[in-house]
Amino acid sequence: MSLDASVAVRRGPLDVQLDLAVADGEVLAVLGPNGAGKSTLLRVLAGLLPPEDGRVVVDGTEVWDDVGQGRHLPAHERRLGMVFQDGLLFPHLSVADNVAFGLRSRGVPRTPARTAALGWLDRVGLAGLGDRRPGQLSGGQAQRAALARALVGDPALLLLDEPLSALDARTRLTVRAELRRHLADFGGSTVLVTHDPVDAMALADRVVVVEEGRIAQAGTPADVSRHPRTDYVARLVGLALLPGTGAGTTVRLDGGGAVAVAEETVGPVFIAVRPESVALYLDPPHGSPRNVWPARLVSATPHGSTVRCELDGEVQLIADVTAAAFAELGLAPGSAVWAAVKASEVAVYAR
Amino acid sequence: MSRREAGVPVPLMVPAALAVAFLVLPLIGLVVRTPWADLPDHLTQPAVGVALRLSLVSATAATALSLLLGVPLAWVLARSRIRGRAVLRALVTVPLVLPPVVGGVALFLVLGRQGLVGRWLDETFGLTIPFTTTAVVIAETFVAMPFLVISVEGALRAADARFEDVAATLGAGRWSTFRRVTLPLVAPGIAAGAVLCWARALGEFGATITFAGNFPGTTQTMPLAVYLALQRDPEAAIVLSLVLLAVSLATLLLLRDRWLGRSVAT
Repeated sequence: MSLDASVAVRRGPLDVQLDLAVADGEVLAVLGPNGAGKSTLLRVLAGLLPPEDGRVVVDGTEVWDDVGQGRHLPAHERRLGMVFQDGLLFPHLSVADNVAFGLRSRGVPRTPARTAALGWLDRVGLAGLGDRRPGQLSGGQAQRAALARALVGDPALLLLDEPLSALDARTRLTVRAELRRHLADFGGSTVLVTHDPVDAMALADRVVVVEEGRIAQAGTPADVSRHPRTDYVARLVGLALLPGTGAGTTVRLDGGGAVAVAEETVGPVFIAVRPESVALYLDPPHGSPRNVWPARLVSATPHGSTVRCELDGEVQLIADVTAAAFAELGLAPGSAVWAAVKASEVAVYAR
Repeated sequence: MSRREAGVPVPLMVPAALAVAFLVLPLIGLVVRTPWADLPDHLTQPAVGVALRLSLVSATAATALSLLLGVPLAWVLARSRIRGRAVLRALVTVPLVLPPVVGGVALFLVLGRQGLVGRWLDETFGLTIPFTTTAVVIAETFVAMPFLVISVEGALRAADARFEDVAATLGAGRWSTFRRVTLPLVAPGIAAGAVLCWARALGEFGATITFAGNFPGTTQTMPLAVYLALQRDPEAAIVLSLVLLAVSLATLLLLRDRWLGRSVAT
């Protein structure tokens, strides 16, 4: 269940030309600013907007769009599930009927459709809420129900359009963690559109950064944040995201090493470190409670007035230092440095 | 806020008060002049019952016909991208501004025995429409359907079309989406439009008398009966008017929920 898409479409002044390939079980994040053409891409993949040129092929043989051949499969004939920004649960149907909607459309009789819907509500943690109206759900619950509705038909392609951006910060953390689990279980291809680099880092296997309708950069989340090719990407995706296990105010990293954090946590977490909060020293710094690691400078790329430094060592980090500081330290690839991060500047997310 | 409400400027206040008086006084006059003592006698006259029943039946039939044809038309106007949609909308709203008598004449020219379609109907099926109850329903539909179309089209435009995209991604074709998503979403707008349409059909006079005539029992609806009674028996006319006023007020009460109550929420 793979996706191969090459899409050209014009929306007002925006000229979108994007090529994507997503493998089975893979999650591709399309990251970019508002108006970059991300949602347009998703509408084309969904069949809601016919492309002006290009092909969309699923599983290698199932042609959904082929402008050259004049083929356009309408949205309702595509095996896909889509989650929209603000859930968009049908307000006139119960939550269970919302989830069962896709099965009913595809001819599944009422009773098995309802059984499957209730099963999915259970899986997304909404057991017992099937008879509620969407208006009676919280934002996080509505988005979980929307996910269940998209996944219930076992689609080949799952499209997520800013699925977390309408949620408040606290809810976003928990829903993101759940979404991650469901995506891991999902066998089809997933395309996630987001403008939040944390979503992309936490959820995606690969990231495509889109600017003004074109792919600015593509790669694994770690790749893209380590080697940003444009200033925009550098600003957008600089943060290092490291998996670990919380134990009080310490997080033991899966890759080895430990990080002191300000908040107490327990269980699997991500820690996120912004490159501007990493300071570099030639000698071990003393004083305030900090995370200090020895590291080796792998590469240094100037971006505007800062230099992005990729560090290798016990903990893999990215540091943005000013060009002046970089020169003063006399750093060159291969240099041994000490990297320091204040505990208060390490963000912790439940995984 | 309260300071603003208290200070209605005189140049606005006086005409506004006059407008209220102008609109309400005739209704008060109607109620005042009603021969309340003879009311039961008048109301139980068989002619009143016949006219009222004919009015209710034909207005309801006209509303049903308007729903059947008008809701799909509203959908086409609001959702489809066919060419000449603006022209179509203008054409549809013509009956709103057309004097109903002219509508009646036009219907007669098309559906009358010598009319464009009427002659064919007469020769092929032996069907004659003018001066029948069918003609009443057609005249009322002609005049009232635009109210429904405009109202439903507005509701469709106000409804979030993204729900229809959601339905498509869930495997629902356009017809299925219309039935299972669009229709339920705009149901309140359809209901409001139907009530408006029904009220307009109930009060129809000009097109009806021109196209369907004024035959008690088959084409004499309440407004026609009122007009006729006024020339012979003014008291009866007042009573009949009162009945229509009562029906209109009931309609307004039905609409109140939507227009004065929840309209902001949707």
